[in-house]
Amino acid sequence: MSIKPYLPVIALAVCAFLLPPVLTAAKSAFYLTQLTMSAYYALASLGLCALMGYAGQISLGQAGFFAIGGYASSFIATRNLQAIASSPLAKALDLAGLLSRGTDPYGVALLSLSPWVSCILAVLLAAAVAALIGMPVLKLKGHYLAMATLGFGLVIEKVVRGTKALGAADGLSNVPGFPILPGLVVTGGKAARASNFTISWVVLALALLALVNLFRSRAGRALRALHDGEEAAGANGVDTSRYKLNVFILGAVFAAVAGVLLTHYNGSIGPGEANVMKSVRYVAIVSVGGMANLTGTLIAGLLLNFLSLRGIFGSLDDAVFGIVLIFVMMLAPEGKAFGHSFSSFLRRKGRAG
Amino acid sequence: MPPEVVLQYLISGLIYGSIYAAVAIGFNIIYNATGIINFAQGEFAMLGGMFASSLSARLPLALAIAVAMVLTALSGAVLERVFLRRVARGGVLKMIVTTIGLSIVIREAALLAWGESVRTLPFFTGNEVSSVSFLGANFSPQVFWVVGVTALTVAALTAFFRFTLMGKAMRGCSASREGASLCGIDPDRMVTIAFTLSAGIGAVAGCVVAPLTQTHYAIGSGLAIKGFTVAAFGGLGNSVAAVVAGLFLGMLESFSIVFVPEAYKDVVSICVLLAVLFVKPSGLFGSRAAGALKDY
Amino acid sequence: MSILQVSGLSRSFGGLRAVDGVGFGAEERGITAVIGPNGAGKTTLFNLISGSLMPDSGRVVFDGEDITGLKPFRVARRGISRTFQTVKLSRRMTALENVMIGRHVRSRAGFASGMLASPWAKKEERSIREEAMKAIELLGIADYRDKETGSLPFGIQRSVELARAIAAEPKLLLLDEPASGLNVRETRVLAELVSRIRGRGITILVVEHDMSLVMDISDEIVVLNFGKKLAQGKPREIQANREVIDIYLGEDDA
Repeated sequence: MSIKPYLPVIALAVCAFLLPPVLTAAKSAFYLTQLTMSAYYALASLGLCALMGYAGQISLGQAGFFAIGGYASSFIATRNLQAIASSPLAKALDLAGLLSRGTDPYGVALLSLSPWVSCILAVLLAAAVAALIGMPVLKLKGHYLAMATLGFGLVIEKVVRGTKALGAADGLSNVPGFPILPGLVVTGGKAARASNFTISWVVLALALLALVNLFRSRAGRALRALHDGEEAAGANGVDTSRYKLNVFILGAVFAAVAGVLLTHYNGSIGPGEANVMKSVRYVAIVSVGGMANLTGTLIAGLLLNFLSLRGIFGSLDDAVFGIVLIFVMMLAPEGKAFGHSFSSFLRRKGRAG
Repeated sequence: MPPEVVLQYLISGLIYGSIYAAVAIGFNIIYNATGIINFAQGEFAMLGGMFASSLSARLPLALAIAVAMVLTALSGAVLERVFLRRVARGGVLKMIVTTIGLSIVIREAALLAWGESVRTLPFFTGNEVSSVSFLGANFSPQVFWVVGVTALTVAALTAFFRFTLMGKAMRGCSASREGASLCGIDPDRMVTIAFTLSAGIGAVAGCVVAPLTQTHYAIGSGLAIKGFTVAAFGGLGNSVAAVVAGLFLGMLESFSIVFVPEAYKDVVSICVLLAVLFVKPSGLFGSRAAGALKDY
Repeated sequence: MSILQVSGLSRSFGGLRAVDGVGFGAEERGITAVIGPNGAGKTTLFNLISGSLMPDSGRVVFDGEDITGLKPFRVARRGISRTFQTVKLSRRMTALENVMIGRHVRSRAGFASGMLASPWAKKEERSIREEAMKAIELLGIADYRDKETGSLPFGIQRSVELARAIAAEPKLLLLDEPASGLNVRETRVLAELVSRIRGRGITILVVEHDMSLVMDISDEIVVLNFGKKLAQGKPREIQANREVIDIYLGEDDA
């Protein structure tokens, strides 16, 4: 079994454990925070890469799923159930170990569903929404598809921005940390900086592993065939509608997981995460990374987000991504289908198998 | 609801409906010539208003608007020649993504040039407080300008496409690029003209509503989406339907305050968009062929 | 025994009746050819059988089951494979990968087992690869298996597509103008391949323009003209059929 396709996964895993001590020693530990956030944005980008590069479907609504994940998880996790603490439902949930106790910044007792519950519910919600809108949306082509996904992203943004219960323009805050394993909590703060960096990069590595596996598998081959010609794929027994929908849901799940984790890491989320510009960023990252090129998307996702978070682009942040989009489209080799980009002829090994 | 309030909503619907219709017409012209959706369409309306706003400080209003129109039309031409023509061979989707990138860059450039502040234009006739009374409601005479300019634009365009040689050449091009070039028409030039025309119309619309709605560097993307909604609703490529659809959307939005909280006002138009796309992408008056992707 | 029975099949495009009330049967394990002048409706007929197009009226019965109007992937799953007039391969994938797609109907691993790289999925992959190689070897293109199909000569591409179609172990194989673009020598190789494929018990329905090939390999010939069935019979009968000769050579105007 060739190891070459798995090199990026291994590289990520190695960095996940080596970078914190290295950066700390170099007195640059503060980079860890932005690298952690970049990893989560890269995760959402990977999901979009699967959709755009392998299933050949554009989506301008990836940020919408990211927001669904983040908002749903934080909404559920910040509901104080103290009022119904003595109810049979609460007692049953407690018995199942699904509740967590704490105190809020003002010392008031908090009883809430454990973050694992909120996370799983949030991701399921995102998957359900993707399944629901995916069916009509994926029947569309070209600019209609682009517009429909754009419309979806906009609806999510308007809804979270306009709903008081979701914090309106201020978003949700005081989101508790997410203990994913005993002793390992997804949360902000200097003390947890190193461990959270590792968590984020390991999650990213696992996601990449799943995708690399997928594209080397029968389903991945069917996806590539689908992308290269729906008619032929159908004639060979590939249920094209279902496959497209599955990738759409997969992309949404990746975005939602990223949203959940980033929200618990930051402790808050705002309507800006659902903004169209965020969706455009994901598209730009996938485009510059090489459309069907997971490694390229990974690197572009980490790099561009890191630079953006560090403020290198200054007030031209959005403009940079717009320019990236234009340049990638213009420099891509002529006559190639949407699934290729200039970096694909630089990196032949993007092809799986 | 008292009749004056209904009238106010109607007028507001008329104003916004007209600008949506104008943006939609711009979409249609480019779509007919190239088969692509130009995401930067809304930015043309923004640029028109912004240019005019800056120029009106030094020039008489009519001249300022005229110059703004020309500047914006030129930007449309530049956009097409420099960027889109190079991407044209990559396929429709590449061009769409390029126009998305362009709309972002234009918007950020506008931010740099004009800052975040809201700009406005002087009223064409009268001022902010002049009003005309009609059926118990008071509204600004600018409304007549909006309606008048929109109607004039539609009439002029219809005449252009039906009676002038260039207009017919453009229609020939959109029906068959190859056939047109065999007749000696340069299809690339037609595309450039389409963009120029589209940008100019967007600019005019932006100028004529600016006194009422103000203008601002970021209004482009909202206009683009609503303009596309209107264009798709009426049937992509059909500009008369776009006017009808535009007015409809404007009214719907205006009256939506009755049944939906203000914060969700924009959701109404997006829902219309999604409904159109899911139920009948070819729009009310479009053909089934229009619902599929036009091959260019 | 007719494994495929088409009856009253019709399909119009706008005002044009591409296929008009066509009915015939394809004998199991036999080679049936569909011929006719350009525009007679042959490829449309194929598309109606394979599910790419919905008929306006009529029925397609395959192996005792009514498959009229089923989506292409369902038709494929019931044992019908096809090739295309313009070869439709995945240009970026290798020949082997393309042929492995042919095994899609004979395998099951999905997204979940794909992502988890489960052992049984890997085992299935190995068997897919083996079966694909068998088809490749049958067609004599083993040398090209790791080359990107986009870079292969046209004749080889046709063979890859054919290998893909038979890798599915279909009961019925639809060949859409398999000889178009091939020279005389390649056509002879094709004829031999087709008979080898038939030897495996696969029924073949072929649309073709090359008359010598058709006369050489077919058991039964169906002639279409302007969307209607003009004649059906053994090669010898068709060759002697006056009407058929007329539509190809044109009528003598006195």
